[in-house]
Amino acid sequence: MMNLFKIALRNLIRYKRRTLLTASLITIGVVFVLVFVSVTGSFKAMMIGQITDSMLGHMQVHRKGFVASIETLPLNLNLKGGAIARLEKLLDAQPEIAAYSPRVKFGGMFSNFTETSSIRLTAIDPEREFRVIPLLPNRLTQGSHDLQPGVILIPELLARGMKVKPGDAVVIVATNADGSVNGKQLVVAGVLESATGPGGKDGYVHMDDARELLRMEDAQVSEYAIRLKDFGNLAAFSKKLDALLAEELNQQGKPVFELHTWEKLSPFFNIARMIDIMTFFIKVMLIAIVLISIMNVMIMAVYERIREIGTIAAIGTLPGKIRSMFIVEGFCMGVVGAIIGDLIGIAVVVIINLLGLHFDFGQQKGMLLKASLMPSDVLIISVIVIIVAVVASLQPAVKASKMEPIEALRHV
Amino acid sequence: MSLIKAQNITKDYQTEEVVVHALRDVDFEIEPASFVSFVGPSGSGKTTILNLIGCLDKPSSGQLRVADTDVGSLGRKESAAFRGKYLGFIFQDFNLIPVLTVYENIEYPLIMVQNIAPQERKDRISRMLDEVEMANQAHKYPHQISGGQKQRVAVARALVTNPALVLADEPTANLDSQTAYAVIGLMKKMRDDFGTTFIFSTHDTKIVGEAEVIFRLEDGRLTAKETKGGAKS
Repeated sequence: MMNLFKIALRNLIRYKRRTLLTASLITIGVVFVLVFVSVTGSFKAMMIGQITDSMLGHMQVHRKGFVASIETLPLNLNLKGGAIARLEKLLDAQPEIAAYSPRVKFGGMFSNFTETSSIRLTAIDPEREFRVIPLLPNRLTQGSHDLQPGVILIPELLARGMKVKPGDAVVIVATNADGSVNGKQLVVAGVLESATGPGGKDGYVHMDDARELLRMEDAQVSEYAIRLKDFGNLAAFSKKLDALLAEELNQQGKPVFELHTWEKLSPFFNIARMIDIMTFFIKVMLIAIVLISIMNVMIMAVYERIREIGTIAAIGTLPGKIRSMFIVEGFCMGVVGAIIGDLIGIAVVVIINLLGLHFDFGQQKGMLLKASLMPSDVLIISVIVIIVAVVASLQPAVKASKMEPIEALRHV
Repeated sequence: MSLIKAQNITKDYQTEEVVVHALRDVDFEIEPASFVSFVGPSGSGKTTILNLIGCLDKPSSGQLRVADTDVGSLGRKESAAFRGKYLGFIFQDFNLIPVLTVYENIEYPLIMVQNIAPQERKDRISRMLDEVEMANQAHKYPHQISGGQKQRVAVARALVTNPALVLADEPTANLDSQTAYAVIGLMKKMRDDFGTTFIFSTHDTKIVGEAEVIFRLEDGRLTAKETKGGAKS
């Protein structure tokens, strides 16, 4: 086997310029894909991180049917008493969960005493909530995130539009589950930038204020936001939790709860998917580059070495070994291109990080681009290149092995 | 027992318009350790006979046995295996592998064809390099040595596998006369040392005289067999 490699490498060196050009093409392709994967992957990770760590959590549990009606934030679909206890007991028993936080979501009117506008409010227990969405305080543009009873965190859109700043008194008016209206005066503690885009009008109040405002006698919860210890375990754990929740039935024998991961709850998942699709097509382009360039070189190599093939066949080299010689040549070119491409690609990623490039995402300004490459990315791309190089060599190699030695020896 | 026995061999080639009769009813036998030459003008069928004996081609009719094997019935893989086991080849253009050194060219069939163990490989190559007087050129590449030296390497490569038979098609055609005699002399010495049968084709009348058995061909027919000492049949 070593001899096959020795001969292959020498044959590659024999046509230095052509080998160099082909290897360069593969190298450029690998570098391009690695940099693309690292940058878009990092962008995607940051985007997902922003959404899950500052707003949604990794996953949410609601009463069955709540998400389908989420636009109206129906209070009559809140979880109550027994369901809350059952669910919390179940969540407490899951070692994969780092933290979970109960929320009450409701719509209301926001007034600065001269103007009124609509607002979507999430009532939280701040201590528990910040464990689930630790980046929420980072969204603060003014004031404090210390959400005590009697204060409110309002969205930037309302603060700007209604000229409200931290320390100002505002009134929240909301309709409770019975249809009666109630109002409560709160003080603006802080202003949050929107995590849902320019139209976002989401604010936060303390759970105690929500109970008072909505006249809830017993504890009620619209949703539980959950943070996992390992975000990479999301798919597996959501499957497990989904199965456990499916066993929780109401008196009619129907499921009480429904589970949604962030992917089902955020439109940004489509952007993440688009990034994946773009990455896929970039990889397809790399495959095409490697396939065409290696195949071209190997076809040329076979054509130029017909007499040589005739000679080695005449002295008794079996067709399979002749085939292997050319496949190993393509393999070597793929390996060389992949390794050099990997090294340059990693170097470019390091340089990008050293340069400290910044970009904007939605309302988030000046986010640092932290390009990162997983060893699995490098490995997968390298393996793809090498496999494609071998596949591209197959046809010329088979052609070489099928040559009749007598005809090959006659070739001029 | 004959090493080669050809009975009523014919070989026809179908071109686009006509059938070319390259060999017509050729019969001959060659004994082991012979030093044989097929001679004749261009197109007489010398190369065709060597190709048939070398399992590079198949006869259109008749039977050809080499080393007690009906080579006409061998498949593609069997032919390659047979060549690797029993035959050595010396080509007019030397046909050394340009990316391998002299040493590696001789080593090639031992590794890629016969899979010989490293120590034995080394011993055999050293002996061959000494025999063909190329030991001091072992690490040079083919483009760094002369035509005569290339053909010496080709002889060594052909013999290193201990074949029963070495086929050489016009082995001296690209050499000056002095080098040609030297190469033929080397082949004869190898025959004496190893007992290998050598068959070569040539149209060089001076070189022909070096053969011990001469088969004369004309228009695909075997017209005469001469043995050293003037005997004709």
